[in-house]
Amino acid sequence: MNLLLHMSQTLDSISLNELVEIAAISNNAIAPKLTEMGLTKGQKIKAIFKAPFGDPIAYEINGNIISMRREEAMQVEVEMA
Amino acid sequence: MKIALFGNPNTGKSSIFNMLTGLRQQVGNFPGVTVDKKKGSIKTAQAVHQLTDFPGTYSIFARSLDEQVVKEVLNNPSHPDYPEAIIYVADAANLERNLLFFSQLYDLGFPILLVLNMWDRAQQKGLDIQLDLLQKHFPAAAVVTANARISLGKDRIIAALDQLQSGERTAFNDHHFQTLQSDAEQTQNSDERLQKIRAIGLVTNTQRKVANTSTRLDRILTHRLYGYLIFSAILLVIFQFIFSFASIPMDFIDGQFVRLSSWSAAHLPDGVLSKLLTQGLIPGIGGVLVFVPQIAILFFFIALLEESGYLSRVVFIMDRLMRPFGLNGKSVVPLLSSVACAIPGIMSARTISDWKERLITILVAPFMSCSARIPVYTLLISLVIPKIYIGGFISLQGLVLFGLYTLGILFALGTALLLKLLVRSRTPGFHLMELPDYKTPRLANVGYTVFEKVKVFILDAGKIIVAISIILWALASYGPSSREQALRTLHQEQTYQQADPTKQQELDNALLLSESYIGHFGKWMEPAIAPLGYDWKIGIALLSSFAAREVFVGSLATIYAVGDDTNIQKRLIEKLKEEQNDKGQATYSLATGASLLVFYVFAMQCMATLAVVKRETNSWKWPLIQLAFMGVIAYLCAFLVYQLLV
Repeated sequence: MNLLLHMSQTLDSISLNELVEIAAISNNAIAPKLTEMGLTKGQKIKAIFKAPFGDPIAYEINGNIISMRREEAMQVEVEMA
Repeated sequence: MKIALFGNPNTGKSSIFNMLTGLRQQVGNFPGVTVDKKKGSIKTAQAVHQLTDFPGTYSIFARSLDEQVVKEVLNNPSHPDYPEAIIYVADAANLERNLLFFSQLYDLGFPILLVLNMWDRAQQKGLDIQLDLLQKHFPAAAVVTANARISLGKDRIIAALDQLQSGERTAFNDHHFQTLQSDAEQTQNSDERLQKIRAIGLVTNTQRKVANTSTRLDRILTHRLYGYLIFSAILLVIFQFIFSFASIPMDFIDGQFVRLSSWSAAHLPDGVLSKLLTQGLIPGIGGVLVFVPQIAILFFFIALLEESGYLSRVVFIMDRLMRPFGLNGKSVVPLLSSVACAIPGIMSARTISDWKERLITILVAPFMSCSARIPVYTLLISLVIPKIYIGGFISLQGLVLFGLYTLGILFALGTALLLKLLVRSRTPGFHLMELPDYKTPRLANVGYTVFEKVKVFILDAGKIIVAISIILWALASYGPSSREQALRTLHQEQTYQQADPTKQQELDNALLLSESYIGHFGKWMEPAIAPLGYDWKIGIALLSSFAAREVFVGSLATIYAVGDDTNIQKRLIEKLKEEQNDKGQATYSLATGASLLVFYVFAMQCMATLAVVKRETNSWKWPLIQLAFMGVIAYLCAFLVYQLLV
């Protein structure tokens, strides 16, 4: 698989049930909130279902379900687990 | 001792609060903001403590209104709510993330009790939690397990409260995180804490996965077709209850207050005070209590759906649809509830954590046509809209009614869009949201919610409603001295003397109202409402219906002296159809009727809603702005409709 493709992926673009690992979180106002909810570097995360129109998206992380708007999910960089 | 209850959202914190304090709860706001503050007392072997429930938050770093409250209290030791000790509720099934906020509070040096709630669920999930390790890393904290859903752990918590340790301790992470300001610093600090917590290895045998059944259920409930269908079906049931079944207790309350009022009128000596009591105060209190069934029913369902975990799925599927209007998924329940009654609707907007979105929701909610408009709509529609069927089966009258509801919805969304651009945001709005596990709702918790909402409405909004209704009553039942003269003139008329006693009474009432202060005010403002097609009689009905929209019908009945028997609607319609203006044209023409209909779609003709908006926004500023802009829209649209049709 193409390595470059993985490096540039953000959480909003992964497909359902694809387990990925959080690589980085953009440095902006939402970063502290994402961190507090357990989204930190190295954590495994996957999209488990989406709202109609594909937004927001529900993710499973550590046995929790967290819903995020697409624009929020874009702040999280991920790589293949 | 002042004890604060903290914890993340969805940890069963309110169950713990209810379990510890029972019904000895006081509900209010934190100073300066409309964030619920619940207080109660706990009795231990040694003392009685005051427990304050804080909003559920993920850390001390504040973004939303709820978090701001927590931060302000913790940063200010002279704050009246600054705690002397803390009970921290953590979800045992999700311990590590829950410990982030706990570790911050621990490092601030508070005596702290850690309650591992939902212990049973952690065990069901096969989690093995090393309590000794937990205690070793937080030596100054007391740790107990609980399961508040089945009232387990109350004794343990109460016993532990007497043993809490205060004072200096070795920080888990660091002491100075409170001063961190920038996003990057806060993120880094939380990240370090979480890493440190995870490194303890508290939870072994980690099968931390969302259950397959839950995900399967989620895929159905958030499906683009079934999701909306199921939500619509649930709404239909709720509306059925609020619209139809609520009228039974409402009529009962109404009837009891009418009886009480006439009983006291019959038994009290005549005088200003007894009139104030029987015609002002008693109906005023009745006018408050009559809303209780709708509030109780709506919050019964909301609490049920919230407890079950379903409500957050509704927010999830509606979010995208509401976003273009500056609202979010959480605005859906308040707006839809407002179709029944804006009062519980606006009260339910409290769940919206973003202040701007909450405010917009509250401001546009009264545009949704509520059930109090129905008597006004049906009277006017049957008066001016012909009873014809388009294509043989679509009733024109029904179509107009549908149009009025649509008009309200369109203006609610349009105004929301406008406000989105006008209202300044206090905080950046985030929409990260946990979707909690599905659970069987606990009826006790549902009961607490209903009780609390009803109590808050009666105590806070009730005062204002009673005050305004007494003012309105006084203006409608007293008049300048010329009123007596007018009454004597009426009594000398031949037609009056030939009428039967009932008719005489009706004519008296009509005259007394039209010569009252409100009557004079109605006549005085006739030039202002003439461009809308209204005469002073309609003006009086408009003014007095500020008490509640449906009063419009009763006021017209009084003015036109058709009495108040059961056939009022039918007799009133006949009477109104005969009404003519000076030029011999029908007063209630299509133009006037349509103009009135549109006026009632838009105008904020409800003092109870104003009182609730005042309570929910914590100032008179927003209800008055709302009254003004809804009034302007109502006036302009009614003007436009009348001028187009006349």
